[in-house]
Amino acid sequence: MNDAHVEGSPFGGPGPDETFRRKLGEGQFEIQECQSCSRFFFYPRAICKYCGSANLHWRRPQSPVTVYATTVVRRKPQDGGDYNVAIVELQEGPRMMSRIEDIAPGDVRIGMAVQPCVRGQGSDAVLVFVPVQPGGTHG
Amino acid sequence: MDKSLRGSAAIVGVATAGIGEAPGRSSLELLAEAVNGALADAGLALDEVDGLFCNTSVHSHPALSVGEYLGLRPRYSESSSLGGSSFIGYALTAAMALQLGLCNVALICYGSNQRTALGKLAAKGGSQDYEAPYRPRHPITSFALATSRHMHEYGTTREHLASVAISARQWAGLNPEAFMREPLTLADVLNARMISDPITTRDCCLVTDGAGAVIMVRSERARDFPQPPAYFLGGAIAHWHMQVDQMERITQTAATDSGARAFAMAGLTPTDVDVLQIYDAFTINIPLALEDLGFCQKGEGGPFVADGRIAPGGPLPVNTNGGGLSCCHPGQYGVFTLIEATRQLRGECGPRQVANARVALCHGNGGRLASQTTALLGSEI
Repeated sequence: MNDAHVEGSPFGGPGPDETFRRKLGEGQFEIQECQSCSRFFFYPRAICKYCGSANLHWRRPQSPVTVYATTVVRRKPQDGGDYNVAIVELQEGPRMMSRIEDIAPGDVRIGMAVQPCVRGQGSDAVLVFVPVQPGGTHG
Repeated sequence: MDKSLRGSAAIVGVATAGIGEAPGRSSLELLAEAVNGALADAGLALDEVDGLFCNTSVHSHPALSVGEYLGLRPRYSESSSLGGSSFIGYALTAAMALQLGLCNVALICYGSNQRTALGKLAAKGGSQDYEAPYRPRHPITSFALATSRHMHEYGTTREHLASVAISARQWAGLNPEAFMREPLTLADVLNARMISDPITTRDCCLVTDGAGAVIMVRSERARDFPQPPAYFLGGAIAHWHMQVDQMERITQTAATDSGARAFAMAGLTPTDVDVLQIYDAFTINIPLALEDLGFCQKGEGGPFVADGRIAPGGPLPVNTNGGGLSCCHPGQYGVFTLIEATRQLRGECGPRQVANARVALCHGNGGRLASQTTALLGSEI
């Protein structure tokens, strides 16, 4: 029996990519947790990368997040100047490429505590990370 | 010789997904749904799949993107693009791989949302979509991130990495075919233009023209040709990701797996290897490969390459043609590892000839530290 795309199927409705983008456009950063093996992963997928299950739920990751690797992509000033590219590690385990903002690109350090920040709205929304400010974090 | 494939393999699970229109779902989401169904049909679990045969119309490296998306660590995979007929070809190569024991559960798969996604961006799915907003300068940024982490975890320095570039240039100086042969100093490398910290222009492979070709025949007739044969002794492929943020550890590649299986097939160990040809897209590739292939301990690759060990006259000759860093790099370098290894085993390399070269290791790295392919060649079986 082919029950794909019927109501109630784990494969029905907008896919994980579209769901992630829609949430991000509303200022929400969420990742998937597998209800079968209880593991988190990122980027969003239709089935769990660890066990293949389609029983997935969206969860808001904990903050702070840690810088795992970092580089400065060098660019001429007239083309916009240098910018940061980093990989951050979420407390839940997954890593993702992103950019650390609100700090000079070359001042980003591995191990630094950062927190997610959605910049822009709708289809222009981009997830970046910013240094955790003294006085606590927000998730 | 009875090595017929006839009757040697069978299809035990099938499924489709998203037939017709599947609005809002990407190519890989549909592909994964079909895989989910086929596994259920076969009563198999995802982690039992160890052979991947796939192609898509939208990914640069389909097996890497599909493998990463599904969370597979294939022991054998193929995404030869023969157009729409590729998948029938995969039935043949899957049967070959199964019969040879290169894999035990072969997955042949495809997915596309080309009707509903027509003209839209971000339709292919997968990790590249999620990296794109951050404008990584591929492939350099990925290797820069890995280098930054290797330095952080193990104390590897820019000087260690510069010695890789200097050793390659010393070999190139002995190779009339090499593109860049003038001497390279430590200061030249350290003062070179930074591209994506800590990688400078001299930590990067060249951009050149070039082509290579290799002919293989069955061993039983290998002595019937004018040149002494370089026998294939062992080989393996492995890939665990497409993009570097999906690596379990960015400082450890699937070469740990491809190398171990290639050595096991050949009945050899790293101490048996006389000469190495390693795909050096960036300087970090050499310490990473030497660690993951078992020539030194994890994390020791920096100091290991820094004392002339891999240079002309050193005890572990690496990239005797000058490598991608100094000989040539016409976009994809892998075939040149096979060619230089063969020339060394024949003993025809003149000033750069490694004495008594009987066993050569070739190792390739594809994508962003993603596909790892190892082959061992020998002058005797």
